[in-house]
Amino acid sequence: MTVKETDELSGTETTGHEWDGIKELNSPLPRWWLWTFYATVVFAIGYSLYYPAIPLIKGATAGISGYSSRAEVAKDIAMAAEAQSGIIERTRNSTIDQIATDDELRRFAVSAGKSAFKVYCVQCHGSGAQGAPGYPNLNDDEWIWGGDLETIHISISHGIRNDQDDDARLSEMPAFGVDELLERSEIAAAANYVLKLSGQEHDAALLGEGETVFADNCAACHGEAGKGDREQGAPDLTDAIWLYGSTPELILTQINRPKHGVMPPWLERLGDVTVKQLAVYVHGLGGGEDSEPE
Amino acid sequence: MKYLTETILLAVAAFIALLGAAFSKDSLFQAHAWILFFVLAASAIFLMRKVKPAAADDTRSDGYMDEVVRYGTIATMFWGIVGFLVGVIIAAQLAFPELNIEPWFNFGRMRPLHTSAVIFAFGGNALICTSFYIVQRTSQARLFGGNLGWFVFWGYQLFIVLAATGYLLGVTQSREYAEPEWYVDIWLTVVWVAYLIVFVGTIVRRKEPHIYVANWFFLSFIVTVAMLHLVNNLSLPVSLLGAKSYSAFAGVQDALTQWWYGHNAVGFFLTAGFLGMMYYFVPKQANRPVYSYRLSIVHFWSLIFLYIWAGPHHLHYTALPDWAQTLGMVFSVMLWMPSWGGMINGLMTLSGAWDKLRTDPIIRMMVISIAFYGMSTFEGPMMSIKAVNSLSHYTDWTIGHVHSGALGWNGMITFGALYFLVPRLWNRERLYSLRMVNWHLWLATLGIVVYASVMWVSGITQGLMWREYDDQGYLVYSFAESVAALYPYYVLRTFAGLLYLSGALLMAYNIYKTIRGDVREEAPMGAPAQAVPAE
Repeated sequence: MTVKETDELSGTETTGHEWDGIKELNSPLPRWWLWTFYATVVFAIGYSLYYPAIPLIKGATAGISGYSSRAEVAKDIAMAAEAQSGIIERTRNSTIDQIATDDELRRFAVSAGKSAFKVYCVQCHGSGAQGAPGYPNLNDDEWIWGGDLETIHISISHGIRNDQDDDARLSEMPAFGVDELLERSEIAAAANYVLKLSGQEHDAALLGEGETVFADNCAACHGEAGKGDREQGAPDLTDAIWLYGSTPELILTQINRPKHGVMPPWLERLGDVTVKQLAVYVHGLGGGEDSEPE
Repeated sequence: MKYLTETILLAVAAFIALLGAAFSKDSLFQAHAWILFFVLAASAIFLMRKVKPAAADDTRSDGYMDEVVRYGTIATMFWGIVGFLVGVIIAAQLAFPELNIEPWFNFGRMRPLHTSAVIFAFGGNALICTSFYIVQRTSQARLFGGNLGWFVFWGYQLFIVLAATGYLLGVTQSREYAEPEWYVDIWLTVVWVAYLIVFVGTIVRRKEPHIYVANWFFLSFIVTVAMLHLVNNLSLPVSLLGAKSYSAFAGVQDALTQWWYGHNAVGFFLTAGFLGMMYYFVPKQANRPVYSYRLSIVHFWSLIFLYIWAGPHHLHYTALPDWAQTLGMVFSVMLWMPSWGGMINGLMTLSGAWDKLRTDPIIRMMVISIAFYGMSTFEGPMMSIKAVNSLSHYTDWTIGHVHSGALGWNGMITFGALYFLVPRLWNRERLYSLRMVNWHLWLATLGIVVYASVMWVSGITQGLMWREYDDQGYLVYSFAESVAALYPYYVLRTFAGLLYLSGALLMAYNIYKTIRGDVREEAPMGAPAQAVPAE
């Protein structure tokens, strides 16, 4: 079998082996291949000398550099913290109004607030803070509890209707239907009246009864004109912005068995600085209101 | 009585599976035992119908055992299409999350179905059937062990069925590329040992003085995969009648064992094994001698020595100690040239036969396969460099890298091998249609190019978005925003997968017609002026 022959096309000798008609040329290793291989080996040796490489009984060789990825990340974190520490300290020592009026502090707060918002708030309020059914839109100027810096700050700090924070905002609309506080016909009339308040299509024949029911049962919180009351967290019913929907069915449902959205308290979890920054960021989204002079 | 013993064994195994279902400790194990029972019972009934009194043995003991290779070819094609289809579906699920159907067909369960179907079902069947074909011819010996070859084939299909149904049911040990639970692992071990016996036995029987290079690669693949499989799957079952088991390793040791296995599955399953394929089919199809015997020796030994250390590069910048990360990186860098040795030997074997590229789409397929092999074995060492890895890790870049290797190298060399094998195995003069092979080639190539480039863009986009800080020192993007940014790339990726799948469907049709013995009337490949016949 081992008959060496010369391949006509390449002029190279074969090894003389043959398997199922396959022969092999006796070509030398390509030089560039061999030298590149050697170069990678040299690189590997050099790299192993420079960086931690050889495991020993306790630990490993540190290499010429003494590099450690843990030390490196700790250094990076320390540098980042160092770079921000001054301004974070100033934020901590400033009131929220001072932050909002200081250019540098405000710019920093908006960046930090935006970053935190993307992690903690978007799940409910949406990535553009546009809200969703049951979760308020934060871009508009309709505020349930108020839209000035201090009020937003309180809402974020303590949350809404949660049981973790004693200072959580609390408002609870009675379940007029389920708890049988009103007759079904009265509820239907009230819902019809709310449709009228918000300028929607409604049944004019029921308005008289509706107005009476509304004045007796709803006006205490939502106001006689239905404009709402931020002190009690009662939404404005006269505009086109709705938390749980504007259709007659949804309004009826809300009067029968109101939904009560919950927001967690953030002060303890995120700390005072981040919550202030979040408040400044949300205030700046578009609907922020000026603080009322006390 | 022919098949009598086999039938009885199957029936007994089916009964044991039934007992397993009856006494199982959890519902998943029970479901799996039922599946096993039905598969075994159906096989036993099928075989029983074939039981007949012993007649003159019609299998020639001197000739090659090719029936199992024929079955393997068809199984390769079948699982290939299943794997590509599931790939397209999960690509679509990433772009359109509504396509996730709970609980069986959500992304989390479909993804291992895809990876295992393409690597182990498609790739594994391709490796088993081509290695059976090649080892017989290059040793001039019939497959060793008689029906043991059949056991390997059917046993492997059973493994695939149990693995695949397990994934959809939710039976998983959550180890990448090694998701099947302990009892399926044990079964695979039995099959794999049988495979080793058949392969080594045939080599021992050989009538040639030397062992051909393809067989070195196949042997290293079989032996190393056995070792990897055993160590990575060391675990303790909660109950011998339950599906759940716990790994023998914990923490970062577990992670390193997993990636030692995972990377060498790529190295020995998808690289060494498929190099064995290349070393036979490329010189055969080109009808040229292998370029360099010396290169094949040097790159074989350097490849298998270096590959086994490269796994830690999957765990850069993790809890893995720095020295182990250095080890993984430098061995990956040194792996570059040993990998390229195979590419050089493949491409240079074609020197003197380049004119065949004009007329032979199968050679084209092999050239593209080798080119993608070279591309991804350069990209791999590059991505293992820590500075590059800090950007590429956990991004789609890795997915793109895997697919340029898997679709380009593994897929294309397998297609070339099947196109080579089918006419010979079924004694057909030629394939049904060479022009369809050419269509397949371009559909697949376009699919890979789109896939890989789209994943580069989306991977680098991800990597850059994750590390983007603003001038105040805060992260600019949330994770969800980086997901939203990838939508167009995910749609394009689905499209690329469809191209690749449609090429494979064309191939299945072509092979079906070839097996039937049909020949399509068509103009021969190549420039008409030269009038070179395609055959």
